[in-house]
Amino acid sequence: MAGLATKFGSGAMTNSVAEIAENEAMLVIGSNTTENHPIISLRMKEAVAKGAKLIVADPRKIPLVKFATLWLRHRPGTDSTLLNSIMNVILAEGLEDKKFIKDRTEGYEEFVKSLESFTPEYGEEITGVPAEDIKKAARIFASANNAGIYYAMGITQHVMGTYNVCAVGNLAMVTGNVGKYAAGVNPLRGQNNVQGACDMGSLPNVYPGYQKVDIPAIKQKFETAWGKTLSGNVGLTASEMTGAMLDGTLKGLYVFGENPALSDPNTTHSVKAFAALDFLVVQDIFMTETAQLADVVLPGTTFAEKEGTFTSSERRVQRVRKAIKSPGEVRLDLDIIDQIYKRVSGEGDVNQSPNPSDLFDEVAALWPGIAGINYDRLEKEGLQWPCPTADHPGTKFLFEQSFSREGGKALFTPVPFVASDELPDKEYPYVLTTGRELFHYHTGTMTRRSTGLNRIAPEAFVEVNPADADVLGVGQGEFLTVSSRRGSIKLKAKVSKIVPPNVVFIPFHYKEAAANLLTSDAMDPICKIMEAKVCAVRIEK
Amino acid sequence: MINLTIDGKSIEVAEGTTVLEAAKQLGIKIPTLCHDDRLKPFGACRLCIVEIAGMPKPVTSCTTPATAGMSVQTQSARLYRLRKTTVELLLSDHPNDCMTCIGTGECVLQELAYQYGIRENRFAGAMREHKRVDHNPFITRDQNKCVMCGLCVRVCDEVQGIGAIGYAERGFEAKVIPPFGHDLDCVFCGQCISVCPTGALSGSIWSGKPRMEGVKFTDTTCTYCGCGCNITLRSHGDQVIRVESKSDNHNRGWLCVKGRFGFDFINSTDRLTTPLIRREKGGHFEKATWDEALDHIAKKFNEIKEKNGPDALAGLSSARCTNEENYLFQKLFRAGIGTNNVDHCARY
Repeated sequence: MAGLATKFGSGAMTNSVAEIAENEAMLVIGSNTTENHPIISLRMKEAVAKGAKLIVADPRKIPLVKFATLWLRHRPGTDSTLLNSIMNVILAEGLEDKKFIKDRTEGYEEFVKSLESFTPEYGEEITGVPAEDIKKAARIFASANNAGIYYAMGITQHVMGTYNVCAVGNLAMVTGNVGKYAAGVNPLRGQNNVQGACDMGSLPNVYPGYQKVDIPAIKQKFETAWGKTLSGNVGLTASEMTGAMLDGTLKGLYVFGENPALSDPNTTHSVKAFAALDFLVVQDIFMTETAQLADVVLPGTTFAEKEGTFTSSERRVQRVRKAIKSPGEVRLDLDIIDQIYKRVSGEGDVNQSPNPSDLFDEVAALWPGIAGINYDRLEKEGLQWPCPTADHPGTKFLFEQSFSREGGKALFTPVPFVASDELPDKEYPYVLTTGRELFHYHTGTMTRRSTGLNRIAPEAFVEVNPADADVLGVGQGEFLTVSSRRGSIKLKAKVSKIVPPNVVFIPFHYKEAAANLLTSDAMDPICKIMEAKVCAVRIEK
Repeated sequence: MINLTIDGKSIEVAEGTTVLEAAKQLGIKIPTLCHDDRLKPFGACRLCIVEIAGMPKPVTSCTTPATAGMSVQTQSARLYRLRKTTVELLLSDHPNDCMTCIGTGECVLQELAYQYGIRENRFAGAMREHKRVDHNPFITRDQNKCVMCGLCVRVCDEVQGIGAIGYAERGFEAKVIPPFGHDLDCVFCGQCISVCPTGALSGSIWSGKPRMEGVKFTDTTCTYCGCGCNITLRSHGDQVIRVESKSDNHNRGWLCVKGRFGFDFINSTDRLTTPLIRREKGGHFEKATWDEALDHIAKKFNEIKEKNGPDALAGLSSARCTNEENYLFQKLFRAGIGTNNVDHCARY
């Protein structure tokens, strides 16, 4: 999100899901949409059925390729070079949107200069995508009246993740495809409430509504609202916390509804970090891998047992409603957090429970973006922020009039070539990339406890190209040992042309063959995301 | 725009509007079995027939575009008789087992039989003898109940873009099957189940669970990915027994395999049900009361804060939990403890 915030002033899907069906062209990069966002992919298929042109850029032959006009099979980790060379063609052939660039952007000259070396031929050399296809992609994307870009973790979980996002933003800007209907830059959020968790300030540098903790006037506003003195120092990101635990500066951690001991890249490293803590509290619905390391485990609630709101990828705030009672002595998550707050601070009445609707109103009073949203309105339908007033209908797409940066213009950001941190070599000759499969979700704590899903997708596998399988002498379903510099796992081979030669894919859902034991914790220096999508591995039978 | 009259009422509609859609705009209900607003018109069931002035025979309103000056009649003794006969024919080889059928209460065919008062059937003859197919963990097929409306085939093709099923055989033997009878390309989204007008397709995990009696419906938001699909949970007591979605929401009623079928974790016996404490480092977990667990946490947090400062504490919040919980969680760390060390896993 750091990338989009720099360019536009805020980071979220600029457009709505329903608009996808009205796209004339789409670029899907680093998103296996049919498996990870199945319902969003239906809109893409609808657009294709209506005649839209779909460009899929992915090293894997993902199911969406079947619907694509053009498939760019670039090497893992070369996304920004691919995008840069597409933009090089757009400028070379004069396909850019000159009016948009002049009226609504800044930093253009420097950006143009930065693209000079990214010729389609150079693009082909780095990405492996034929120069002709790069040109075709440029023409398809730039000649459409409305073109949307859709991406996910496939471009962000890299050491140059922020640059990749910047390149995506540049492409939308250079073709004038942002700030209008059925276009835009659209990060697809992997979990139900990633958008909401960010919106609510579960980030170390911002309060709710992306208001920066290190701006004194903003800090003061929250100090007044909360009646407390607050810290003006930006906190630690999740990835930095691991280091701080290991060097002893971080002593106590409270993990709420996450399972980093399986989802963190280079898991061995993070498990060591959790073990080094003086005190670990985990609140979850199951005894997860992380909970097993805790000093105190608190039983939480599923979505079916509570009242509240989730905010979807398209900034839509929607109600969550209680259907059933929780089992055993389980308490509402909101009550648990509230109790800890009251007991830590020694303030408030521990016999009172917080009311979700009141809490929502509290945030709405602190963040103008949702000031017009309340539970009464949400009773009828979900609302997309920004929704500043009680009679505002919500916002389908962002930046129609101006961008949220000072001066109101979008910023072109030059994106240099950066290689992945760990490239294959003699010792570790294959590139490992990771992701999800349709039938499971994240670390599988929920889906692997769902009988049907687990019956269809019962075990871990590694996708290996038939050419590599021949070299390795491995047949379908035979066991392979996959090792990186950080760990080693044993799992079945799935021989398939889904992956190109020299690249293997492992889904990260399975604790018994955890892909993240292998992945790298090399970090993007800007947004501190870890490079889960590219690392070097060795494969043995 | 086009002007036409339906049952004596005039209406103006856009070019390309079908007679069925125009009637709907007037609030006139025409029976259908194979029609779904979200799919292309098909014209298979013949129930939506109407009489149009100047046309010798009744035509299907779902496939007939409205034209200027058209005069449409949706109800007449003749249309009633034709529709009733159609339903009778459909029922003539339909298993008469509504008492035990999973579709009861939501079955369009059952409702039509009720409306037309069909108790006995004039048409007797052979009955289909398809076997119940239960090859995968999600979708149960009871093809003797299929009315060949084609909704499942069309939704799989038009919406899901998969085309996992199609028609095989002809006439009385006609049936809907995957290629050569295998589940080749199915992604188990269950869109087909959601549009099936009878009990021919149902969710395998619904089997044996309450149908309507004592069932509570709760509208909520799916807990899986960021699509934010609107879903309705059917629960009975404290058990969630089915997930479905209404067709008029932003996801248009479509769901994926996880959203539709991946809900049994909610009532899993693996759920944590009491607080657990490790009373000494390296010790075993022991059950604790809430007061004990919460006081222990507050004490430890305050000890660390006093000794090492507030920045020695951190919180990882959750992209799976609600906005309100996330808000309170970051407020706990910022205002309650005094640190900005709060993040969540959006980065992974």
